[in-house]
Amino acid sequence: MTNATHTISPGRSVRQGRRLLILIPVLWLTVFFLVPCLIVLKISLSQTAIAQPPYMPVLDLSAGWAGLRDFANGLSLDNYKLLGSDWLYLTSYLRSVTIAALSTAILLLIGYPVAYGIARAPRRLQPVLVMAVFLPFLTAFLIRIYAWINILQREGLLNDALIALGVIREPLVWLSTDTAIVIGIVYSYLPFMVLPLYASLEKMDESLLEAAADLGAPRWKAFWLVTVPLSASGIFAGALLCFIPIAGEFVIPDLLGGSDAMMIGQTLWTEFFQNKDWPVASAVAIALLIVLLAPILVYQHLQMRALGDR
Amino acid sequence: MAEGNPGDTSPAGKPLVRFEAVSKRFGNIAAVERLSLDIFEREFFALLGPSGCGKTTLLRMLAGFERPSEGRILLDGADISDVPPHRRPVNMMFQSYALFPHLTVQANIAFGLKQDGMPKPDIAARVGEMLALVKLEGFSGRMPHQLSGGQRQRVALARALAKRPRVLLLDEPLSALDRKLREDTRFELMELQGKLGLTFIIVTHDQEEAMTLADRIGVMNAGGLEQVATPSDIYERPNSRWVAGFIGDVNLIGGRIASSFLGHTLIESETGERLLVGHPSDAEIGTAISIAVRPEKVQIETANSGVSDENRFPGRVAEVAYLGGMSMYQVKLDNGLVMKATAVNHTRQTEQAIGAGARVWLSFSRDAGVMLTR
Repeated sequence: MTNATHTISPGRSVRQGRRLLILIPVLWLTVFFLVPCLIVLKISLSQTAIAQPPYMPVLDLSAGWAGLRDFANGLSLDNYKLLGSDWLYLTSYLRSVTIAALSTAILLLIGYPVAYGIARAPRRLQPVLVMAVFLPFLTAFLIRIYAWINILQREGLLNDALIALGVIREPLVWLSTDTAIVIGIVYSYLPFMVLPLYASLEKMDESLLEAAADLGAPRWKAFWLVTVPLSASGIFAGALLCFIPIAGEFVIPDLLGGSDAMMIGQTLWTEFFQNKDWPVASAVAIALLIVLLAPILVYQHLQMRALGDR
Repeated sequence: MAEGNPGDTSPAGKPLVRFEAVSKRFGNIAAVERLSLDIFEREFFALLGPSGCGKTTLLRMLAGFERPSEGRILLDGADISDVPPHRRPVNMMFQSYALFPHLTVQANIAFGLKQDGMPKPDIAARVGEMLALVKLEGFSGRMPHQLSGGQRQRVALARALAKRPRVLLLDEPLSALDRKLREDTRFELMELQGKLGLTFIIVTHDQEEAMTLADRIGVMNAGGLEQVATPSDIYERPNSRWVAGFIGDVNLIGGRIASSFLGHTLIESETGERLLVGHPSDAEIGTAISIAVRPEKVQIETANSGVSDENRFPGRVAEVAYLGGMSMYQVKLDNGLVMKATAVNHTRQTEQAIGAGARVWLSFSRDAGVMLTR
């Protein structure tokens, strides 16, 4: 009898250990994500004030219940109404999403062949090639973006090269255009697209392509019917890993883009640092979070379905 | 007839598949070396050999995944060396099955038919037919990972058969199944081949599998064919010491031809005995040969009951392996050789059974041994 209970009891300690293990990420996310998010959410429901902090109401716990009630009454959705009514914000969001979508599509077009090439390279070469993709990251991000200013300016490398090749006669305007933004983004984010794609392509079974060929599919068709669907998880992961931070990108559009139109990151920066309007800036951030949550939820759903099948 | 294949007993008719002096080299290593072989319509042909003998390379060349370095491969008389795999009327069942993990059973089987542009209702009908053939009706909506190993094997078979290929190639098709399932599946494969009237070429390292399945076996070693013959010929009349040793268990007794008479050959063994083999030999008197005798053709007795003393040796049992239905005896002969003999256990084992250390006589008839010059 005692033996029987002994065989059961370790199970409980394993379960407790597992619970403890889950606590670590939960604690981390609570302290560094959830709590800051709630603070930002609270600020987004406040009004600006010339005070310290520059918004009101401020929760005054020393006033007890009355203080809490005053605080709750002071909150409003006015900032969100502003976001919805002012075209500045809507176009800013739209611009961010459009540039993010375009950049992600280009990243996929460039990243897929790169990842495919690495995955098909000799085994011992693969880690070297993956490292090579990350090599630019060894220099500071800002320096790389400034280097692009150098390349894209009127007397820059790009125009020089195009003129030397005889493609153009007169130098083109690159800098301060959307093209420059997209070039900068694609350059900066390529590793984040390549790595998940490589991870999914690398584990693909070569014999599946042989089977497709054996059953009558030419190479391009086998690629389309077998390789692409089997790397779908890598495509989703890479696209999300790029799309989400690109949509909130601030540095690249600020340094390479023009001043006539802003991406949402720039709008947020302006609200926060120039207008000193913390509540509107917070509302912009929360709205962006909600916009970006949608693709994450779609991805989650697909992941869960794939896991459920297994 | 394929050239240079000793012991070839090809059926009559035009060959469906012909390898003509085919070689395949990977760098400096020759996987297949000047190999010629004919395989005929409706044959169940097995390529049998140890791993690394080139049998899979040969199959992959026929499927089109490897190009021969030299020589030609003909299908229905036409050279297919330059035809890419997706245009060959040949389908392969892969050792790993290579089922598309993102497609259902139905879509896996339909894959090849879709590539041919077959109309949808016809595809559905053919897939249904294939599922019935491999007894997997009702599984069409499943994903490959939802199937057992045996079911996956059947889907792979159905997929390879769906296009009604001229030749079905099977690369170690049963190696991933457990023993019981493997044996059942063997008979189903044979039945299927008979029913469909297709040509099957199977690659295997399992001699039992090759023996039960195939009409003819090509025994491969080091990139070449050692012998091409029916299973019984391979077993009873191996053409070399290597084949005799590779297929089943064998006793090899070295010696020289002493004389030849009336379709018999008298041999003087290395240990000085005179042995009789019941078939003639082209080899000259004095040629060094080996006599191959299968253990089950060696009688083991506790007394010298023989009328004459031909092919009879006294010895002492060194070891007994009890296998249930039969026992295998390892006998140290008085002349120094070690010989194996198996005997069916006709009665339940008793105290009187021959045990280790027992004094015994081994003998084999003149028709039991086969003389090998290679």
